[in-house]
Amino acid sequence: MPDRREFLRLAGLGAAAGLVAGCGWRGGPFEKVLRWWDKPNELLQKAVQPPRRHVRIEPPGTETEGGAFPMYYISDTPPVMDPETWRLEVGGMVERPLTLSLADLERMPRTTLRLRHYCIEGWTAVASWTGVRLAEIARAVGVDSRAEYVEFGSFDAGYSSSWDRESALHPQTLIAYGMNGAYLSAGHGAPARLYSNLKYGYKSVKYLTRVRFLAERTGGYWEDRGYDWYAGL
Amino acid sequence: MERRVKFVQPLLIRASHWFNAILLVGMIASGFQIFHAYAAFAERGSEFCCYPFAGKRFPEALRLGGWLAGGLKWHLFLMWGFVLNGLIWIGYLLGSGECHRRIFRPRDAGGAWRMALYYARLRRDKPPYEIYNGLQKLAYTGTLALGALAVATGFAIWKPVSLWPLVDLFGGYVWARYLHFLVVWAFLGFLAGHLFMTLVVDREATRSMIVGPYREKVEDA
Repeated sequence: MPDRREFLRLAGLGAAAGLVAGCGWRGGPFEKVLRWWDKPNELLQKAVQPPRRHVRIEPPGTETEGGAFPMYYISDTPPVMDPETWRLEVGGMVERPLTLSLADLERMPRTTLRLRHYCIEGWTAVASWTGVRLAEIARAVGVDSRAEYVEFGSFDAGYSSSWDRESALHPQTLIAYGMNGAYLSAGHGAPARLYSNLKYGYKSVKYLTRVRFLAERTGGYWEDRGYDWYAGL
Repeated sequence: MERRVKFVQPLLIRASHWFNAILLVGMIASGFQIFHAYAAFAERGSEFCCYPFAGKRFPEALRLGGWLAGGLKWHLFLMWGFVLNGLIWIGYLLGSGECHRRIFRPRDAGGAWRMALYYARLRRDKPPYEIYNGLQKLAYTGTLALGALAVATGFAIWKPVSLWPLVDLFGGYVWARYLHFLVVWAFLGFLAGHLFMTLVVDREATRSMIVGPYREKVEDA
């Protein structure tokens, strides 16, 4: 973990570009083929991931204790925004773009899922997340059938990620505003965040401000630095 | 001393053996790089009973990929070769009718015991065998089983949500990841014995794995 902490600290100092060039992963002459190999791996991942509902709910009482669930953000301190003025913009290739307040989200059908969280680093933790299924919001805005990708943006120093539509609209992908029965804390992405355990933690964008349905896939903070784009679990 | 050719290692076996040697080194080194990101096994907020070395990491010289992203890219690239090689091996064993000469079966237990006695100098004459003696069959069949376990635990921790029944089979994510790690040490343990046997005790085995023919000493020539 110090690796990534260290990385984040240095990135916070504004050395991100130089660091990525200097300490970028080593592929040497194999770098091209290693990057290209994400494609067959993505096909394999999609083949393994069943498209239908397969939520694996953890038993009650298994939530990770208070502060033991790690909190990551790329800013130096947890980014904070007044929940009263915060808005979620849902747009892109949709019929009826929406701007949602926290109160709007809370009025929509509510789902709570107790899920095991998998970090790409190798650790796991459990929490129950409360929010609205992204599929629900997608129905409200009317997504164009050609929009195969969804981009998620945040107010955490430009942190973002991009998903395939199928995973984003899966019934266990939430726009969450609650964690373990309380509103999200600043460290966990308040006022609202994307949450799903279909993909590694870095795909679940915190401090969410923007959801855009697109015809082409975009990158993301970690994806641009070498982590897998699909990152299915 | 005169030698006669006892058997010939087929080209397919020789090629896949050396291919596998390279792959295994790459898989272990990139695995050490992946492990580097979280050099422990406990779930957050919990203890793990069985790993006293939490937080200890492998030196950079033993790691492949530079950091987590590179380690993962290497690992998930080389795994295709590793699985393919395993399938080639199984296909060869089934297709060639060589199973009984290379794979350990319960009836080989006696031969393995006699060979162990011979190596322990508790038995004078070398027990007869075709290609591999009972101990060799046991060791080489063991590596196939280890390879299968490495692949199964590897898939379990790569796709723990989609393949949750496989994860449950190994006792949960933490245990599946730990087993995947222990397989490495089992491989390294095998490798230590393998290198000693093929570089010190029976150098002809190394030669046959490179060029093919295994030339046996003819005692009463």
